Amino acid sequence: MLDKVIFFFFAGVAILSAGLMVTRRNAIHSAVFLITTLLATAGIFLQLRAEFIFIAQIILYVGGIMVLFVFVIMLVRLDVALHQIQFSRQKWVALLVTLALAAEVGVMLWSSRNVPGQGFLLPNAVPAGKLPPNTEALAGRLFDAYLLPFEIASVLLLVAMVGAVVMAKKRT
Amino acid sequence: MMPIGYYLFLSMALFLIGAIGVITRRNVIVVLMSIELILNAVNINLVAFSRIFGDVAGQVFALFIIADAAAEAVVGLGIIIAFFRNRETVLEDEMDLLKW
Amino acid sequence: MNPTLHAVLVFLETWWVELVSGVVIVAVVPLVAGYIVLVERKLMADMQARLGPMRVGPHGLLQPIADAVKLLIKEDIIPDNADKMVFWMAPVVSMTAALTSMGAIAFGPAFQVARDINVGLLFVIGVSSLGIFGIVLGGWASNSHYSIMGALRSTAQLVSYETAAGLALISGLLLAGTLKIRAIVDAQQHFGVWFVFLAPVAFFIYVVASIAETNRAPFDLPEAESELVAGYMTEYSGFRWALYFLGEYANMIVVGAVATTLFLGGWLRPFPNVRWMNWLDALPALFTAAVGAYCVYRAGKQPVRVQTWFMWGVALACFVVALILAVPLLVAPLKFLVPGLHGAFWFLLKISAYIYLFMWLRFTLPRYRFDQLMHLGWYILIPLAIVNVLAVGVAMILEMEYGWNRWLAMLLTTVITLATALFLLRLNDKRAAAASSAAPPPEEPSTEDSYAG
Repeated sequence: MLDKVIFFFFAGVAILSAGLMVTRRNAIHSAVFLITTLLATAGIFLQLRAEFIFIAQIILYVGGIMVLFVFVIMLVRLDVALHQIQFSRQKWVALLVTLALAAEVGVMLWSSRNVPGQGFLLPNAVPAGKLPPNTEALAGRLFDAYLLPFEIASVLLLVAMVGAVVMAKKRT
Repeated sequence: MMPIGYYLFLSMALFLIGAIGVITRRNVIVVLMSIELILNAVNINLVAFSRIFGDVAGQVFALFIIADAAAEAVVGLGIIIAFFRNRETVLEDEMDLLKW
Repeated sequence: MNPTLHAVLVFLETWWVELVSGVVIVAVVPLVAGYIVLVERKLMADMQARLGPMRVGPHGLLQPIADAVKLLIKEDIIPDNADKMVFWMAPVVSMTAALTSMGAIAFGPAFQVARDINVGLLFVIGVSSLGIFGIVLGGWASNSHYSIMGALRSTAQLVSYETAAGLALISGLLLAGTLKIRAIVDAQQHFGVWFVFLAPVAFFIYVVASIAETNRAPFDLPEAESELVAGYMTEYSGFRWALYFLGEYANMIVVGAVATTLFLGGWLRPFPNVRWMNWLDALPALFTAAVGAYCVYRAGKQPVRVQTWFMWGVALACFVVALILAVPLLVAPLKFLVPGLHGAFWFLLKISAYIYLFMWLRFTLPRYRFDQLMHLGWYILIPLAIVNVLAVGVAMILEMEYGWNRWLAMLLTTVITLATALFLLRLNDKRAAAASSAAPPPEEPSTEDSYAG
């Protein structure tokens, strides 16, 4: 019961904030609503007992990427963009296609809801008490089977850092 | 844990809202933020399946996606800053230097 | 019974301890932060050979209450073109981040809101770093030059020193082997020594980085009065400013708690495993009784009657606390209370010592210029912290695989890191010397008197 309440609270906040984010005129307001969406997503991760991903989301996404976004929005002058039309000319087509896609996925989920063993609305998970400690399990897989992708990811971050510094430097 | 259909529905809803943002918004910073939203939706999907199958590889991949999203946001915003310095605009319709 | 009501009752029954602890934190910490402000003013006065606030209440004890009342009844000014939603939200975010991160801290073995979350220490650091949004959004929403510049400078400083602090904590976490708060303190008990003696350079880096993290002097350029009016807090008045201020002092408590948990042994007494030092267990009660005795001694020397009564009251309170701390040691059936009570005492004593260090540095050292601050963070502290992580890792492998003595291995670590620090500082001196010799010589003062004629 508590699980349900927590899930619906975080899911509701996430979807509401996401909807608000794509419709705000002021880019800082969009950033603030993206922050609340990311925090709600972190809550969903915590509810799924993925504690390390929860805190990684908060530290990296909210504490890192969103600070970067807010800085850039401040550097870029908002007041010109504030008075322009916010949506491009394809908005109705996009909305229609999105709703069609949503209906399709919804029908698929609903019609397979009671297939035994694979039904999408049947509870099917390992009970929470029997899960191994999350950080240790994650570290065990990350540094054992996925060591090469880990090293490649660190090279990727280095390349991104150097590239961003080079691009954003003032040409003297 | 809830039955997995709920997480899939949430993930799909966030993905579609992000997709609408990418396609319809003119402000290119909001487009980048919508891309982050799409990546988050995929993360929810991965972590939900990792929980239901008891395999932590889904969370490992979600961690890589977070790192990758950070790198991509950094580079994308660097490009936006560089472009803004030249043309003083953040609206995607006005970024038409390559148009014939 | 109504199933919803039943579910709510089951929820309350399972989680009432956590809920009460959370309410205690939210209610007590702002009050404590207010009194830390008073302690700071009294200490500042003492170091400057004066008395500090003495008027409001005996010895100025009610000064924080008076300040709180004043701030609450002040007029709420919002700048003209300020963004109202973000302006309202920013101080709330700052305070919320500080208070939420206190949820995972264990103030002693018996008091912790979020019981043993798997990523405890990372949670505290991560959530307390959300306070950056309070600063940057508040500065932007004020629609004023001073605010934006202060906010950008403060955010750049916080982000830089957060990296150094995290790397310094990793050195300590390598020794602890876990992120859970209780397990870290248990590891220090298992090792038999506080981690500050095994990794002193990491502790030093964390102290410096946490001073910068909380915007305290000598790193308080973003909020210094002579520099930027009040930085990002310029346009905030009344209760909103009080929220920012209390958030900053709550952040000080949080970084003190993190340093105490990881480096200073948490709730362990000095020499936690040595049996012949067990007489140290009597120290909390003796310390409090000594403070009470000093109050009795000073009570006779007070000039005003209400101050004499006040001193007697404080002495009585100290003796009561000393009794509470001593009784479980002496009365056998109550011995199970000893770890909880004494642990909380040691923990609070260590946090107080850490905050005293912060205040001491504030009154002693001059302020860093912003470019000097960023140079210190990126060029000196972060490379030093990275070398420290590598060196602690090497020392642990030497101890585990090759059977070196732990103290010898850690001594090697410290020597390597100190050598790197000296090398980095020499590089810095060379760079500063090169920059100043390349600068043009100062101009001769002009001999023409512009007021003449």
